[in-house]
Amino acid sequence: MLEAIRDALDVMMARDPRVVVFGEDVGYFGGVFRATEGLQRKYGPSRCFDTPISETGIVGVAVGMGAYGLRPVAEIQFADYMYPGYDQIVSEAARLRYRSAGEFTAPIVVRMPCGGGIFGGQTHSQSPEALFTHVCGLKTVIPSNPHDAKGLLIAAIEDEDPVIFLEPKRVYNGPFNGHHDQPVVPWSRHPLGEVPDGHYAIPLGQAALRREGAAVTVLAYGTMVHVAEAAVEETGVDAEILDLRSLVPLDVEAIERSVKKTGRCVILHEATRTSGFGAELSAQVQERCFHHLEAPILRVTGWDTPYPHAQEWDYFPGPERVGRALRAVLEG
Amino acid sequence: MTEWGPLSLHVPEPPVRPGGTPDFHHLSIPQAGAVRRPPVDVPAHEIHDLAYSIIRVLNRRGEAVGPWDPGLDAEALKAGLRALLKTRAYDARMMMAQRQGKTSFYMPCTGEEAVACGFQTALAKGDMNFPTYRQQGLLIAQDWPLVDMMCQVFSNERDRLLGRQLPVLYSVREAGFFSVSGNLTTQFVQAVGWAMASAISGDTRVAAAWVGEGSTAESDFHAALVFASVYRPPVILNVVNNQWAISSFQGIAGGESATFAARAHGYGIPSMRVDGNDYLAVHAAACWAVARARRNLGPTLIEWVTYRAGAHSTSDDPSRYRPREESDAWPLGDPIERLKNHLIVLGAWSEERHTQLRAEIEDEVLAAAREAEAHGTLHDGPKPSTAAVFEGVYAEMPRHLREQRQEMGV
Ligand SMILES: Cc1ncc(C[n+]2csc(CCOP(=O)(O)OP(=O)(O)O)c2C)c(N)n1
Repeated sequence: MLEAIRDALDVMMARDPRVVVFGEDVGYFGGVFRATEGLQRKYGPSRCFDTPISETGIVGVAVGMGAYGLRPVAEIQFADYMYPGYDQIVSEAARLRYRSAGEFTAPIVVRMPCGGGIFGGQTHSQSPEALFTHVCGLKTVIPSNPHDAKGLLIAAIEDEDPVIFLEPKRVYNGPFNGHHDQPVVPWSRHPLGEVPDGHYAIPLGQAALRREGAAVTVLAYGTMVHVAEAAVEETGVDAEILDLRSLVPLDVEAIERSVKKTGRCVILHEATRTSGFGAELSAQVQERCFHHLEAPILRVTGWDTPYPHAQEWDYFPGPERVGRALRAVLEG
Repeated sequence: MTEWGPLSLHVPEPPVRPGGTPDFHHLSIPQAGAVRRPPVDVPAHEIHDLAYSIIRVLNRRGEAVGPWDPGLDAEALKAGLRALLKTRAYDARMMMAQRQGKTSFYMPCTGEEAVACGFQTALAKGDMNFPTYRQQGLLIAQDWPLVDMMCQVFSNERDRLLGRQLPVLYSVREAGFFSVSGNLTTQFVQAVGWAMASAISGDTRVAAAWVGEGSTAESDFHAALVFASVYRPPVILNVVNNQWAISSFQGIAGGESATFAARAHGYGIPSMRVDGNDYLAVHAAACWAVARARRNLGPTLIEWVTYRAGAHSTSDDPSRYRPREESDAWPLGDPIERLKNHLIVLGAWSEERHTQLRAEIEDEVLAAAREAEAHGTLHDGPKPSTAAVFEGVYAEMPRHLREQRQEMGV
């Protein structure tokens, strides 16, 4: 998925001279995860460069550049380090269009690796998507595979509004289904590891159907899509899996269609439970599908604690917990 | 178009990249003993020059010279050497432990041991450090048990942080070592708050804030300076300039335009630059700043000039962004070699005794590692409790967490 992200940046930098890429260690080194490797060499240091360690500075200058007319793509080294930049995201990027009556806008993308599964402890594992989806004026995107990552990132860069682009780092180098004791599978052996050349955009706001099924709808995004697939396979439950891909805007039609068909819904995310994005999804399903529901909607999420280091696999909502919810919702 | 032609962006570049010849010409280094030592009640504006020089005590021959010689006796110097060696041996052992899969992660302070070790001995019991992940020397210099530190690194059953925290982000209140945050610079301003609290309470304790030069870019650094400037609390504001912030050289943090010590000038805070690889200079400058704090004269900012000789962390490979030989070309040398040579010049030490001490320390570190490993390592042996995941989120566990704990079945 890293290559796909790099490819998207490369395609857009080549097509559009307004695209500039920056962040901590992003220039010469190519980022701590190497997502921007080679871009400085190819496009020069004024289009791909290192920044001081200041997330408020990174997002703040992106807003200024966007207002000028550039298309900045900023990297926050880990989503866990986004907080100093949060004011610039929430109070500035998200509202600039509204408060200036469209005179100024912030067509920026803020990329950030998120999620756990790498023994990163509480400061390299967080999934803060709900802190963004709660903010009007922002779009929030989270791919689960290389094919989508490239198409969604291109769409995000072409978007007129600020887009938060969350990259589940555990699937950077291969799909991860939550079975941490099994060997890592590379993307080359996964159908969605196939990334078309050149430019293609996946419109924001379209979920992808990952598995058709009749018994229950599973709503997931990011790493949890792969966990859902494993749980479905292991329990034999005939679930329909929707990969939401974009949380705001949200593909409510796809959700509604699926839940009305199955009558049951399980929602997954790695982030903490209380006020997580699952709460919004649950409300949407209840409002739209109440008369079709045959069981209470269930959520499987991270616990409401900081992400622990040593107890990582006790925390991560793996296939076993998801499987239990699938069975429970069928009995309910 | 103006008569000046089109604009262009300045993007700082380090003097050399991998494949090039190391070059430290930009760093101007005064002779040891050349920088004056003002009285501790000197007004900030009278020592602006100290922010553009480097305070040094040990000269090339290993002699202690000039007004900053702290006059430490041979026993104190040997204790310092021991702390430096122990810190280096500890780092080496933990780096190896990470490669052996006993921990997920480690961060060494190789090359900059003298900064933390020389500083700690200037503090008194009750003072509080707000360290970053690279100040393990603060603990080791006060003989905090290595086994305790290792148990944290191994996230085992004896980990005082219950397996929750990333290795090296220690917390040892008893040793005046504040809980290290993974988020850079957040603690720099907290140290100012702690020092303000000491002043509010009419106490005598002082605080020490720590940050890397790269992290001075964060707003929290500037917030710390303005609060320190306004309330003049007893705090030492330490900036460890080890030249690199992961792959970014110090120019990316603004080091091309002014020194990090000079950041204090706009706030009217006394500041100085000190040779961080010179144990004597470190100790002397630390004592000077601590004396100011203790006498209610307010904050001091110190830029420690040093070099990160090792990798940023076990996840990093510095040869990708700087020449491999750069560490050897670092003009301020190695802190251990320099202190050893000084002791030899004093007639209080020899190469043989040094070799013997190093061997003793390596044995001590190895024995500590064996003891810590007996309590488990990240993937092997006894582990911290799973229930600990839910404890300590709040003073009292709320209902929803009790329910989640039950759901997990612990
Ligand atoms: C708020 C925040 N942003 C980014 C990071 C990622 N990060 C960890 S260490 C580091 C470099 C810090 O360099 P410096 O302050 O010079 O200290 P050094 O590592 O050299 O001791 C970065 C960017 C972080 N931990 N926190």
